[in-house]
Amino acid sequence: MKIDKAYHDVGGDDFGPVPIDDGSYQLWERRVDAMMRLLSSPAVGLMRVDELRRGIETLGEATYNAEPYYGKWARSLAKIMIEKGVLSQADLDAKIAELRAERGLTP
Amino acid sequence: MQAIFGPGDRVQVMDLEAEQGLTGHMRAPVYCRGKTGEIERFCGAFGNPETLAYGGDGTPAQPLYRVRFKQADVWPGYAGAANDCIEIEVYQHWLKAG
Amino acid sequence: MSHAHSHDHHHDHDHDHAPIEAEDTSSSDTAILADALRMVLIEKGIFTAAEVQDQLTLMEGRSDRNGAAMIARAWVDADYRDALLADGAAAAQALGYDTKGTPLIVLENTAKVHNVVVCTLCSCYPVTLLGPSPEWYKSKAYRGRVVRDPRSVLREFGTEIGPDREVRVHDSTADMRYMIMPKRPKDSAGMTEDALAGLITRNGLIGVAEL
Repeated sequence: MKIDKAYHDVGGDDFGPVPIDDGSYQLWERRVDAMMRLLSSPAVGLMRVDELRRGIETLGEATYNAEPYYGKWARSLAKIMIEKGVLSQADLDAKIAELRAERGLTP
Repeated sequence: MQAIFGPGDRVQVMDLEAEQGLTGHMRAPVYCRGKTGEIERFCGAFGNPETLAYGGDGTPAQPLYRVRFKQADVWPGYAGAANDCIEIEVYQHWLKAG
Repeated sequence: MSHAHSHDHHHDHDHDHAPIEAEDTSSSDTAILADALRMVLIEKGIFTAAEVQDQLTLMEGRSDRNGAAMIARAWVDADYRDALLADGAAAAQALGYDTKGTPLIVLENTAKVHNVVVCTLCSCYPVTLLGPSPEWYKSKAYRGRVVRDPRSVLREFGTEIGPDREVRVHDSTADMRYMIMPKRPKDSAGMTEDALAGLITRNGLIGVAEL
């Protein structure tokens, strides 16, 4: 039975020369890292790294390829936190709308 | 769960997705499935990521091994040296005697 | 519960609100989603803004110097070297570095073997000892090719491994984390441990470079 490889399972694939760049992260990205550390801490216990990975692996190939590293994390965290009922999609959408207004962006 | 393999044992990585219809989160990359290598070491028992990924508690803990493969056995036409190897961590339930 | 925010961030907050977070005006959809998620979780009491800031501070403090210190110690102290190769996490602990329960395997580069680490499935990395992973380590290009054609990838980093040495790739697929013990530079005899640590690079600890 031929199985199409999952899009994150890239071992052996050729994506050209390695872009040798250490990179740097913006504040929102570093805050995503901080959020995951807090959510997966023993004190909070709401996320496991396996869940984060599964969330990323189910974002869809287009999103996986388009999003920066911490963008994938953020979308995975949102999905899992909503799945667990920690917040609702409506909660998130309302806050997104609020932030867009605050930052002078189109709704 | 009992660890059934020891260092030096020949093992083959099964393809549980193809053979058993396993779905969801898996940590055995496709490139090693069906390949035969040897146990480099037993790492201990750890929570099963396949169930941890869906809110399970990962029990029973699964024995985890490092398996060494000759690169030439993994990649057709491997371009490096004949002795080059690759080592990866594989959970016991993906392995059978090779 | 919703708060009516004005565009002016100089208004007073109620005395029981969390400290005002540093403003971020990033405008990508993803940045906004990330910030919105964080703010809702703070509002729901899952964690506080101060705790987020504490994590940022911790993150800023992380670098490859812990890893470098362990290798430098191993170079000068044969007992520590043996302990490091037997149980990397315990050896880290012995120098006061907390690996937070994560097992660590240290792999020694020798005349016969050159080791290099990758996580093809995501980008697992020993951040407590090496700091944040470089962007290239997370790239599909690195993850895809280093397992299949490691010598060519190493060449891109300026590293040439002779055909008489085995290149051994380690794919961090499960619970172990990895650090390389580079070969000690030949002209380093008599150097202090601190000076030796100064020779050790992050890329050497991942295995894409020799020193």
